[in-house]
Amino acid sequence: MLIYIIRRLFYAIPILLGVNLLTFTLFFVVNSPDDMAVSQLGAKYVTPEAIHSWKEKNGYDRPLFYNPDAAGSDALTETIFFSKSLRLFAFDFGRSESGRDITTDISTRMWPSLAVAVPSFVVGIWVNICVALLVVMFHATRLDRWIVFVFVAMMSISYLFYIIGGQYLVAKTWRLVPISGFHAQGQFWKFLILPVLVGVVAGIGAGARWYRTLFLEEANQDYVRTARAKGASEIRILFRHILPNALIPILTGIVVLIPSLFMGGLLIESFFGIPGLGSYMLDAIKSQDFAIVRSMVFIGSILYIIGLILTDISYTWADPRLRLD
Amino acid sequence: MKVDQIVLNAILQRYFAWCLPIAVAMFLTSCSERPWNDPQLPSPDGLATYQSMIMSTPPKHLDPAISYASDESLFTMQIYEPPLTYHFLKRPYELIPGALVSLPKVAYLDSSGRVVEEDDDAVAFTRYTLRLRDDLHYQPHPAFALDASGQPEYLFETAAAGRRYRQIPDFPRMGDRPVHANDYVYAIKRLADPVIGSPMLGLMSQYIVGMKEFSKEVAALPRDPWLNLDNYTMEGLEVVDERTLTITIIGRYPQFLFWLAMPFFSPVGPEVDRFYHNPGFIDRNLTLDWWPVGSGPFLMARNDPNSEIILERNPNYRDDFFPSEGEPGDLEAGFLADAGKRIPFLDRAVYRLEKESLSQWTKFLQGYYDRSGEVHSQPAGLFDHAFQIGANGVELAPELKEHNITMSPDVQPAVYYYGFNMRDPVVGGYSEKKRKLRRALQIAFRTEDYLNIFYMGNGIVAENPIPPGIPGHLEGEPGMNPYVYDWVDGAAQRKPVEYARQLLAEAGYPNGRDEVTGKPLKIFLDVQSQAISNTLMTWMVRAFSQIGVQVEFRPADFNRTREKMLTGNTQIFSFGWLADYPDPENFLFLLYGPEGPLECDCDGVNNGNYANEEYDSLFRQMRILPQGPERDELVARMVELLRYDAVWLFAYYPTEIFLNNSWVHNNKRHGISRATLKYVRVEPEERLKMQNRWNEPITRPLYAVALILVALALPGVLAYRRRQKATARCLQE
Repeated sequence: MLIYIIRRLFYAIPILLGVNLLTFTLFFVVNSPDDMAVSQLGAKYVTPEAIHSWKEKNGYDRPLFYNPDAAGSDALTETIFFSKSLRLFAFDFGRSESGRDITTDISTRMWPSLAVAVPSFVVGIWVNICVALLVVMFHATRLDRWIVFVFVAMMSISYLFYIIGGQYLVAKTWRLVPISGFHAQGQFWKFLILPVLVGVVAGIGAGARWYRTLFLEEANQDYVRTARAKGASEIRILFRHILPNALIPILTGIVVLIPSLFMGGLLIESFFGIPGLGSYMLDAIKSQDFAIVRSMVFIGSILYIIGLILTDISYTWADPRLRLD
Repeated sequence: MKVDQIVLNAILQRYFAWCLPIAVAMFLTSCSERPWNDPQLPSPDGLATYQSMIMSTPPKHLDPAISYASDESLFTMQIYEPPLTYHFLKRPYELIPGALVSLPKVAYLDSSGRVVEEDDDAVAFTRYTLRLRDDLHYQPHPAFALDASGQPEYLFETAAAGRRYRQIPDFPRMGDRPVHANDYVYAIKRLADPVIGSPMLGLMSQYIVGMKEFSKEVAALPRDPWLNLDNYTMEGLEVVDERTLTITIIGRYPQFLFWLAMPFFSPVGPEVDRFYHNPGFIDRNLTLDWWPVGSGPFLMARNDPNSEIILERNPNYRDDFFPSEGEPGDLEAGFLADAGKRIPFLDRAVYRLEKESLSQWTKFLQGYYDRSGEVHSQPAGLFDHAFQIGANGVELAPELKEHNITMSPDVQPAVYYYGFNMRDPVVGGYSEKKRKLRRALQIAFRTEDYLNIFYMGNGIVAENPIPPGIPGHLEGEPGMNPYVYDWVDGAAQRKPVEYARQLLAEAGYPNGRDEVTGKPLKIFLDVQSQAISNTLMTWMVRAFSQIGVQVEFRPADFNRTREKMLTGNTQIFSFGWLADYPDPENFLFLLYGPEGPLECDCDGVNNGNYANEEYDSLFRQMRILPQGPERDELVARMVELLRYDAVWLFAYYPTEIFLNNSWVHNNKRHGISRATLKYVRVEPEERLKMQNRWNEPITRPLYAVALILVALALPGVLAYRRRQKATARCLQE
C-alpha cells in the first residue's frame, strides 16, 4: 500500500503543475498586472509611476512566462509564473496583494470553517443514511413514492432559499439563534446551529435519494433475502447487512470531501458571517487578489488529491477483498 | 423484549445518547439575561460600548501613509490625529485645528526665500507653520516601552526572538510619550518613500518642496531591515522646535490646508516604524498597516478583520470637548445637548464584519447594532424595508416608528454622472449642432424619475458639478440649469420632450434619424456591469426612445471601462467622484483640460476630454484664490460654461438616510470627516432593556416542529410494527 501511495503522490505533481498553470493563465487572461495595481491602489490619483512602483514592489513587473531579457535559465525563472506560482510547491504562499501573510490567514481561518463544515458533514451523512434506510424499508409503497417526491422537490430548491429562509424564520421571526456571526470564545455553538441545520436540511433531498438508490440495489441481493428468511428484523437487516455492503459507493462520494472540509463553504460562510476560508476565497476573487486565489486553488487541489488517495485506502477497509498494489 | 426492539434500543442508545446531555448543556448555558439570538459578546461591565458594523469587506490598509478608502478612515480617523480637522456641526464644512493650537500660519515667499505679499506675482513658495498643542500624547504601545537603560524594550535580532508575540496585546509592557513635531515630519517623509507606496506620493511631490528628490534618494538606499528616514532631509520640511514645524510648498495651493485634515499627515513616531520592522513581525501581520499607533481619541484593541475590530478609549487622549455651537437648527435638533462636555463619551466601539444586508438589517432592528450603517453605500434593500411613501414624502415604516428609530439624512459630497466624450465624432465637439444634440439628450433623460424609481428618491438632481454644502453650489433659480429647466411657479421644471425633439432636429437628427444618411441615431453607453441592471437598461432605452434615439449598452468590468476612458474609446460613460475636501476646486478639476487622459496621456480624471480654454484659464485662477466673492464669481462662470457646453448627460448627488436606535445620540452625519466617533454617546442600559424586549424567543415553532416530526414518524413506526408482525400470507396479500 505504501508504494501505491508514494506512486499516487508522484502522480500529483503534474496535476498540481497543470492546475497552477491553468489558474495562472485564466487569471491573467482576464486581469493584467496593471489592472491588479489599479484595484489595489484605488481609483484616485493613480499615476503611472504609482502603478509601476506597485508592480515592482509586488513582483509583477516581469513578463508572465518567458523573460527575453534574461539569460539562460533566468529567462524562465525571472517571470511572474515562476516567482509567484511555482514557489507554492515549497508551501511558500507569500503575502496577499494587500500585504497580509497568507499562511497566517489560512491557519487562522481554517478553524471557523471546520467548526461549521465538520458538524454539517457528519450530521448530514448520518441523517441522510438514516432517512434513506428508513425509506428503503418502505420500498414500493405509497409512502416511498411520496418521500421520493419530497426528495426531488428538496433537491430542486436553491441552496440560497434554505439559507435565507432559515435566517428569516429561525433567526429573524422566531429569534431562537443569532442570524449570523461567529465568536471563537463564549457560546460559539449558538452561531453554528443555524448554518449546520441549513446545511443538513438542504442536503437531505439529494443525499438521501442517492443513498436510497444504493441501498435498494443491495436490498434485492440474495444475502438480504437469506437474512430475512432467518428471521432478522428489518432494522438489523438495514444497519447490519445492507449498510456495510453499500459502503463502497458511499465512501467514493464522501471520503474525497473530508480533506476539503478545511476549505469551508463559499455561500454558507458568506451568508452566516463565518470568518472561514470559503469567505476568504470569495473576498479574494472579488478584490482580484491573485496571491490568495492561487494559494487557495493550490491547497484545494492538494486536499482533493489527498481525498482521492484516502478514498482508495478506505476501500480496503470497507471491503477486505480489495488490495492496493 | 423482542429482538428488533433490543436492536432499536441499542441504535437509539448508540446514536442518540449524546444528544440529551449536549441539549441540556446548551440550554443551561443559554439561560443568561441576554437574549438567545444575541450575536455580540457581552461588554466588560460598566463600559459604554458602541456596537456597529463594517459592510462587505474589511479595511485593507490602516497605515496612514497608504490608507485612503472611506471604510478605512472609519478607523484611522479615530486613532490618528492630523493637524487639522472639521467642525462636527457647522455647515458649510469648516476646518478647525485638530492637533494644532490654531490654524497654520501662512507665509508667501519669492524664489529667493524672502517673504512677500499674498497677491505678489513673485510668489514662488508658500510656507505653513504648524504649532502643536502641548497635551498631545501617544496611546500606550510596546513600541514606546523602554528598558532600564532607556533603550527600546522590543527590538529583536532574529525572528525567533520575537516569535511569541502574535498581536499587540501580547506584549506585556507598554510605553508612551508626547507627540513631537518631528513625528509629523517623519510621517511626511514616509509619504515620499516609494517602498511604502503612498497614493499621495504623485500628488504631493508636485507641491512639497524637495519631496521628489527625497523620494529618489531613499528609493536607492538599502534597508536592513529598517531605513531611518530621520537621517535624510527633505528641503520643504523643518522642525523648528519640539512643538513647531514648517512645511514649504511650491507656488500657491490654498487647498493644501484640507490635505492637512487627512490621515496622511498624522504623526508617526520613528520608533514605531522601527518597532514594526522587527524581523518576522510582518509574517504575523504585526505592521503599522494592521496595528496603527496614534494620539487620537481611540486605540486599536483588537484587529481581526475577518470578524471584528475593537477600538478602545485612548487613556492619553488630550483635553477635548463637545462643540458649543453649530449650524442653525442644531439646537432644536438636540445636537447641542452635550455642548461643553468632555469627549469621547464611549469607552469601546465594536465593529463586526457583515457581508449580507439581511443579517445587517435584522441585527439593527433587533437592537444589536446601534446605527444602520457607518459609511456610504448602505444596502438598497434597507430602503425597501425601512421607508414608505406617505403624505409627507419618505416616512419611516411603522415597525421602525415603534422602535423610536430616528433618521439622519446625509448628502454625500459626491457627484455621480454620465459624461459625454467630447472627442467622440457623434456626441462630442463644440459646434452649436453638437451642443443641441447633447441638450436634447439631457432633456429626454428624466433624472428625477431615474432617482425615484431606482434609488427610492435618494439623490438630488445635479445641475452643476458642485454638491450642496460646498461653496459654489447654488439653490433655487440661480442654481438651475437654464438649458434643461425652466423656472415655473417657484420651482425648476424640466423642458418638454417636444423641445428636445426640436433641438434634435436642429442638430441634424429630425425624428432621431440622420438627415443626410437617414440612419437612426444610436448612442453607446459604457457602463460597469455591476452597476447596471436589465430593468435600468430597459428604462433608459425607453427614455431616449421618446425622441427617437436608440441606445446600446456596453457593459464591462471596472478595469475595462477605465481602459476605454483612458484611450478615448467611449461615447458616453458613467463615473463618480467623492470629494477629498469641501472645495469647488475638487469638483471643477474633473473637467480641467490638462486632466483629460488623451491630453496628458495619463490617468487624468477629465474622462470626457473636455477642453475649453476659457474654462481652463478660469480654473487656474480660481485654484489659487482664497475663499471669497472673487472666487465665487469665477466658479459661477465656470459652471455656466459647463452648462452651455452640456458636458454631462445627467448627474446627481447621492443622498442617504442613516437610521439610529433611540439610545444613540449625536448622530449628525459629516459628509467629509469620519472623525466623529468621539462625539457619539450611547445609553447601554436602555439598549439592553430594548434588546430583551424585542428579542424574546418564540418557542412555539419548536414544539410544532417536534409534533410534525412525530406525526411523520408515527405512520412509519406503525407500518414497521405491522410489517414485523405480519405473516408471509399477509405480505403476499
